[in-house]
Amino acid sequence: MIEVNGLIKRYGEKTAVNGLTFTVQPGLVTGFLGPNGSGKSTTIRTIVGLDRPTAGSATVNGKPYAQHKAPLAEVGVMLEARAIHPGRSAFNHLLALAATHGIAVSRVEEVIDLVGLREVARKRAGQFSLGMGQRLGIAAALLADPQTVILDEPVNGLDPEGVRWVRQLLRGLATEGRTVFVSSHLMSEMALTADHLIVIGRGELIADASVAEFVQRASGNSVRVRSPQAAALRELIGGPDVSVTSEEAGVLTVKGVDSDRIGRIAAEHGIALFELAPQQASLEDAFMELTQDAVEYKAPTTNDRQLASAGRNSI
Amino acid sequence: MSTPTMTPVAPGRTERRVAVQPVTPPRVLRSEWIKLRSLRSTKITLLVSFLLMAGIGLLTAAITASQWSHLSASSRASFDAVSTVLQGHQFAQLAIGVLGVLVISSEYSSGMIRSTFAAVPTRLPVLWAKAGVFSVVTLVTMTIASLVAFFSGMAVLSSHHLQVALSAPGVTRAVFGAALYLAVVGLLGVGLGALLRNTAGAIASLVGLLLLVPPLVGLLPSTISTHITPYLPSNAGEALLNVHHQAGSLSPWAGFALMCGYAVVALAAAAFVMRRRDA
Repeated sequence: MIEVNGLIKRYGEKTAVNGLTFTVQPGLVTGFLGPNGSGKSTTIRTIVGLDRPTAGSATVNGKPYAQHKAPLAEVGVMLEARAIHPGRSAFNHLLALAATHGIAVSRVEEVIDLVGLREVARKRAGQFSLGMGQRLGIAAALLADPQTVILDEPVNGLDPEGVRWVRQLLRGLATEGRTVFVSSHLMSEMALTADHLIVIGRGELIADASVAEFVQRASGNSVRVRSPQAAALRELIGGPDVSVTSEEAGVLTVKGVDSDRIGRIAAEHGIALFELAPQQASLEDAFMELTQDAVEYKAPTTNDRQLASAGRNSI
Repeated sequence: MSTPTMTPVAPGRTERRVAVQPVTPPRVLRSEWIKLRSLRSTKITLLVSFLLMAGIGLLTAAITASQWSHLSASSRASFDAVSTVLQGHQFAQLAIGVLGVLVISSEYSSGMIRSTFAAVPTRLPVLWAKAGVFSVVTLVTMTIASLVAFFSGMAVLSSHHLQVALSAPGVTRAVFGAALYLAVVGLLGVGLGALLRNTAGAIASLVGLLLLVPPLVGLLPSTISTHITPYLPSNAGEALLNVHHQAGSLSPWAGFALMCGYAVVALAAAAFVMRRRDA
């Protein structure tokens, strides 16, 4: 379990994270989404104690990361930026990390096999491809069999087989009851992996919802209607919360009224319908729409929480 | 990794399959030892230091021996066999100092420091372990190098009966002192590397401090420079290598203690900022 509370991080004048509050639950894969530069990596670095928050706090399994006696057993983290000395072999890199927690060599060998680096484990990590570097980062994260796994952009540079492997790995970890927190700027990837999403933009929380809720909330699903009497139908279904657009003659895209109601209205007025199809926004669309303007699309609940935390921090 | 089971698992603690111990200073020390020995650059730089320390003394001894009959009486009178065979320390200190800097600065430049601090989030044990491991390794290798320089150099000088015995007053202190001096140079490097986090900057500072500042101070009027020169890190530390007390130099152990003081200040400053800065 990861709890981030009113987290603010400034680097000089620049605010990287501006009042984030969220909880990452065990047993689920939680996606951490946001455009590049939205503060994901900063948040992750703060959770594992590498960056000091300007205000607010982050705890893991109930304590600040640095207060755990065996932190690698609580949280395994793979950071986005490479965190490996290029002159050291994968094996020795892992062995040095293992030594700090008294972890046996056999476990080092085990994670090397797990991530598929057996053949190159004795080579200098500087010669690794991006994908191999990612695998080594994942091996380090899993080394101490942690309760919580945080991976920053794990699929970057992986081939399709590798991407699938990461996906299965994350699902497996969550099924075992672990907390899995994965950042990505690719919504499509998260759609396939995550159960829950935390979306941020410009260092602020935009959405904290299940994948299904997220889609619904994001775009207000629309209905595609094709009718020879489109103009008449448009008049009948119009209302204050309804938006109707038409990009093609005889075809309407309706938001704010569901397909059942449109069907009934059409029947009542004897309007023929050729097509009546609820359209679900793809996660990608939902994400783009939400992050286009972080401030404008901020969810109301989020807003309140941020105001509350901003008030606390200004004291 | 076991295959995910189909039965839902209650969120919370999973069963621990890997034996994990708390982070302790001895474990961090072990980790730093693995890091030090697993880099090719460490081995090469240590080898270079060894060759400089052992080889240059032997070389100067050989040159002196071959030229002895041509030397003036005054040169012969001022000849110091011990300082001749230990002269390699001036060159070895550069290699050792650079290695000391790299032990920590290379972690910052490669990003490795983030892995290191993720494993040891209290951070300071890492600095102490690096300093400890590196100073012991330097002390051991440079003691051997210094002994090799001494015995091989003296063997060469014995052809002109110029040799000095290890048992002569102050000689043991000078021979082992050369290794102590180099170990402290290494610690100064670790301190500067951790403080500046930048390889080039830290190496430049170290070389400047050891090699450039003394001649610059020498340019000052002698009424001023004589009050500064003995207290500069390299001059203070090198007092330990003097068999005969030299004018304008601190006593051996006082000088060495002062040099240790410089290293302690560098390490303390590094420790102070290491806890506070973002990694």
